[in-house]
Amino acid sequence: MKKFIFGSLILSFFNFGMIGCTGNSDKASNDSEIRIGQFGSLTGAEATFGQSTDKGIRLAIDAVNAAGGVKGKKIKLITEDNQGKPDEAAAVVKKLITQDNVLALLGEVASNRSLAAAPIAQQFRIPMISPSSTNPKVTEIGNYIFRVCFIDPFQGPVMAKFAFEDLKVKKVAILKDLKSDYSLGLTEFFEKKFKELGGEITSIQNFQTGDTDFKAQLTAIRSEKPDAIFIPAYYTEVGLIARQARQLGIKATLLGGDGWDSPKLFEIGGEAIEGAYYSNHYSTESPNPATQEFIKKYKEKYSETPDGMAASGYDAARVLVQALEKVDELTPDKVREAIAETKDFKGATGTITIDQNRNADKEAFIVQVKDKGLKFIRTLSLK
Amino acid sequence: MKILRSALLWLILFSLGMAAFSQGILNPYQQLILSYIAINVILATSLNLVNGFCGQFSLGHAGFMAVGAYVSAVLSLHFKVFTGSLDFLNFPFYALAGGSVAAVAGWLVGMPSLKLRGDYLAIVTLGFGEIIRVILLNMESVGGARGLYGVPGPTNFFVGTALAFFLAGGTWLVLWRLTQSSFGRAFLSVKEDEVASECMGVNTTQTKVFAFVVSSFFAGVGGSLFAHTTNYLNPASFQFMKSVDVVIMVVLGGMGSLTGSVLAAIFVTILPEALRPLQEYTGVDLRMVIYSLSLILLMILRPQGLLGSREWNSFFPFKKRGAK
Repeated sequence: MKKFIFGSLILSFFNFGMIGCTGNSDKASNDSEIRIGQFGSLTGAEATFGQSTDKGIRLAIDAVNAAGGVKGKKIKLITEDNQGKPDEAAAVVKKLITQDNVLALLGEVASNRSLAAAPIAQQFRIPMISPSSTNPKVTEIGNYIFRVCFIDPFQGPVMAKFAFEDLKVKKVAILKDLKSDYSLGLTEFFEKKFKELGGEITSIQNFQTGDTDFKAQLTAIRSEKPDAIFIPAYYTEVGLIARQARQLGIKATLLGGDGWDSPKLFEIGGEAIEGAYYSNHYSTESPNPATQEFIKKYKEKYSETPDGMAASGYDAARVLVQALEKVDELTPDKVREAIAETKDFKGATGTITIDQNRNADKEAFIVQVKDKGLKFIRTLSLK
Repeated sequence: MKILRSALLWLILFSLGMAAFSQGILNPYQQLILSYIAINVILATSLNLVNGFCGQFSLGHAGFMAVGAYVSAVLSLHFKVFTGSLDFLNFPFYALAGGSVAAVAGWLVGMPSLKLRGDYLAIVTLGFGEIIRVILLNMESVGGARGLYGVPGPTNFFVGTALAFFLAGGTWLVLWRLTQSSFGRAFLSVKEDEVASECMGVNTTQTKVFAFVVSSFFAGVGGSLFAHTTNYLNPASFQFMKSVDVVIMVVLGGMGSLTGSVLAAIFVTILPEALRPLQEYTGVDLRMVIYSLSLILLMILRPQGLLGSREWNSFFPFKKRGAK
């Protein structure tokens, strides 16, 4: 008996503790507002991605709220940080869906976090729009997962085509990030297209996110004398690679993808990154009126020039808002259908049409780094 | 035998109670946090066996966890051992399998390196953790850097939350009985003085390897739970920092106190989550700042950890265990 009482005491103590810790569980869902969840890497190694995207999304949502909201309801944006960790992304998405009862989700930039979060969104049938996850697997997870950007099987070949036809390079070395699915995907598609066009891949060298010394790989590349080096990686490593390549006397043109897109690239890369080309979701010099309007608004609010992530975030939020306006009833299912029907949407990153695979069908922008800024070269599609 | 049977009964009642409780009151996010607590309890108590009781310093717990997680995930993707009404036995089976493979890995690492003393073990285990991570990163068959997604998870709460708590409780029970036994006292003697305990007839290397293998086994079990709870595995989840997180729990709770490890695991898991609303109000991410600060303060104020080397029964003097 004594044992029984003692055991129950411990049990109840433990249970009360739990209740106390998870206190503010039911924020009663307020009918006068629409709850939208956002998750991103606001801190961590790719923090500028999350922060830029967050700014873009906020710009769009604030503009809608200032104009009276959707159907007379204000949009409430709930932002969660995942510190750039996939398991953390899974946890915060579960929180946003089950605790904050969000109607739709916006996020993530990096594909591996989107891949961790998407199955949960799909399971709870909450539509999720990724602003700039380019790995094709993301939207394959289910019919509630969308994106407003192009995918790697498009971005890789576009860069290959640009290198071969516009830059007229014949020999390219690739330096890929083993740790990033983004990098592996881009490498695969670039390599395939470039060989198809008749070019030669001299070698594929590996490194890992977080590496700071690339001299061994670069020395190997130098001996092959490629015309260009394709570096599908994120801006931190790209900046360092560029510096070390120039130190070693490599003069080859540097090529990359949207992972380069951050103001930090110019800080880290400095002089070394000048003249490099990469494919991006948008360009500030694009003549597109929707783009120019976005840049104007963004500069007014944050007094800085928006990068591609901000533009993608802005577009993701606006595609969602447009879907919210279209539906007669605010349920996740109806919103999902409305997002799927998005057609010829004039976004800051170009005209967006959601195709049957829930990917955005649009053009890529090729930009060149010039004087610590970006010069718009051309738009390119595979057609 | 009798005490074991009643303990097992208590354990089952406890895990079912926790599961029913969480199912009734908590939403899936809170249940997820509960599962994370159970996983962290398993990891912290098992590491405490090596770091706290044996006085060795292992930094490779994330590596063993990764082994368990990936083995369990791959098994669950390709084999279904039990079908029909015995379906619920699948997940305990995967956990057992993951744990066993991790134990073998622990034995392989422990055999050569536990003859070393002190910091050398830390370096070897650290290296092992990194090797595992890099291997996983380069294995296309388990997704490589993209990660392994679509890992099946338990469909009902009896095999979900209840299993997590059953395994956490089971880990605790095994480690508790082990450390309280005369055989387990050998761990403490190794920690206090290896030469003296060898003089007393304790085979120190064997004792250390045994503790290490048991610890790796439970790390693997924890990894398996992790795999089926998050349904997504990525080598990035098993970085060096994950091992450090577990070490933090052990040190925070008190080296050589299983009760302390449990409390610390609960504390370390809940604190960052409980601080989440703060970010909503302030707009800045103060979470990690407060989390780190509270760890620093705790260590300054209680350098021996929350409980030192005391256990729960030392707080209940009326109940003298093993006094007879």
